[in-house]
Amino acid sequence: MAAVAADAQTPGSGVGKRIDIKDLNVYYGSFLAVKDVTMTVKPNKVTALIGSSGCGKSTFLRSLNRMHELINGARVEGSVTLDGQNIYAPSMDPVRVRSSIGMVFQQPNPFPTMSIYDNTAAGLKLNSKRIKKDQMDEIVERSLRGAHLWDEVKDRLDKPGAGLSGGQQQRLCIARATAVQPEVLLMDEPCSALDPIATLAIEDLIEEMKRQYTIVIVTHNMQQAARASDITGFFNIKETGDPGVLVEIDETEKIFSNPSLKITEDYVSGRFG
Amino acid sequence: MSDRKLTSAPAPAMPPAGNIADAARGRIPAWGPWAVFAGTAVVLAAILSVIGFNIALLAVGTVLISIFVIFLWARKVEGQRQGLDRGVTLAVTSLFALAMVPLVSLLYTVTSLGISRMDAEFFTSSMRNVLGEGGGILHAAIGTVIITGLATLASVPIGIMAAVYLHEYGKGKLKRWLTFFVDVMTGIPSIVAGLFAFALFAIFFGPGIRLGVMGSIALTVLMIPIVVRSTEEMLRIVPDGLREASFALGVSKWRTVAKVVLPTALAGIVTGVMLAIARVIGETAPLLITTGVFSSVNLNPFEGRMANLPVFTYNSYKFPGVPPEPYIDRAWGAALVLILIVMVLFLAARFVSRRYGIELRK
Repeated sequence: MAAVAADAQTPGSGVGKRIDIKDLNVYYGSFLAVKDVTMTVKPNKVTALIGSSGCGKSTFLRSLNRMHELINGARVEGSVTLDGQNIYAPSMDPVRVRSSIGMVFQQPNPFPTMSIYDNTAAGLKLNSKRIKKDQMDEIVERSLRGAHLWDEVKDRLDKPGAGLSGGQQQRLCIARATAVQPEVLLMDEPCSALDPIATLAIEDLIEEMKRQYTIVIVTHNMQQAARASDITGFFNIKETGDPGVLVEIDETEKIFSNPSLKITEDYVSGRFG
Repeated sequence: MSDRKLTSAPAPAMPPAGNIADAARGRIPAWGPWAVFAGTAVVLAAILSVIGFNIALLAVGTVLISIFVIFLWARKVEGQRQGLDRGVTLAVTSLFALAMVPLVSLLYTVTSLGISRMDAEFFTSSMRNVLGEGGGILHAAIGTVIITGLATLASVPIGIMAAVYLHEYGKGKLKRWLTFFVDVMTGIPSIVAGLFAFALFAIFFGPGIRLGVMGSIALTVLMIPIVVRSTEEMLRIVPDGLREASFALGVSKWRTVAKVVLPTALAGIVTGVMLAIARVIGETAPLLITTGVFSSVNLNPFEGRMANLPVFTYNSYKFPGVPPEPYIDRAWGAALVLILIVMVLFLAARFVSRRYGIELRK
């Protein structure tokens, strides 16, 4: 965590914040999808959430920046506090929550109407923030450099973002998410649509980004969790239709070498799931 | 039984199945189907000329018989599947040709009858003080542009905003009812829209009133549901991922709709609007009872009667003067101009969606 202060390359960017989740129940209508999750996301660490398909880890992730409630009938009970502020407090504006907790999605989704430059600056431009041209240039360059994309696109910033390869598009989406300088970055299976080389590039990026952000990443890939994360949470469901629960959360090393529960060991050693 | 089948060699009596066998077979030459078709037509024409010629019978008979002949021939030379393929290909092509017949015939008739009036006078003069020869459609063309233009100005914002409400915001009962009413409005007969505008203005100005703007209102009633439908369709194919990406950047909903969703769907929306214009620009019935008949240029839609192309066409054809020929010629000429306008709109719509359209993931 001492590395944060030493990081001179990114002036002005925030420091990761801590998230405390307490008794969180996540519903789709009357269906309870995730039950009684209590955990802490430590600042400037990478927390990986693993578990089989449909166990609610993505749903849980989306409830951390109030994206979940955009779905018809979806709601949340319990509390999620970001550095002491409950993001589900009635006075809290979900739009503000999302600008301090950014998100990267499974499918790269650059805006098709915008250039690479405008995509990177989208968070600021869409909100009509008045920013001078040279200042904007600086933010775009810094974000693209931070996403290891600058050298590949610096000569074609005015070209559409959709013209990039899948891996480049995903890094563009990461640059876009970081340009608004969030404190937390949520990543929902960011590499599942990418090839191994692009995946590795993103994992390197995650390792580097944790100096400035708190990162929560959902992944299907256990090697990825083992490689890229500091802390790993294991989600599971008993049977289809049951709510997902957080079975165990601990240091990544411990989860993958010596987990305290038998079921976690079975999962990480590939015996089911 | 099954054991023996497995161990024994393939039965020699069975023809070897598979693609290699097909490739080894013969092929009908490329001119084959055409030759069959032409041959059948000639033979059938010869037979019909003896028993009484009938063009419809010749066409239908030629198609049916040549489908059968080409099927038998291809089956013999190329095999069962190819035979069916060739037969069905011919059948589908013939049905396509059949569907084109009325369209081509209509275009031919209108063009051949309307072309005689494609002169400068036709486009530069109105029917003011014209009896008999000469005269033109200037007044009607201007009227059509003003009436349709006003209708577009009114219906496009309403239609797009209604679609945004229905697709991006609406939920529950209100949305269901609105969707239902839009559907009902799509099916409204155009004369009913005309009567609506007529009755609306009659309340305030008495039943004798005729104004250009009344026609615009009637056309607006017809256009709104078309714009709503096409815009909604376009909003539907904007991927949810884009909305989520925008929300996740801390962008509010209306900014997301205005700056991400609508721009992404823009080319499709423009195309839909142009098709809606093309759809109402030829409406006759509602304009007949709202704009009236007028023979001079009138630039003010809020005062006096206003001529327009569809009503001009109808009136010139239905109530020609003496002698009738110049009136009939003008009617066909106006009809041709109307078709050309619609064609230009369609081409513009295609251009917009090609040039500015964005490939959207499904």
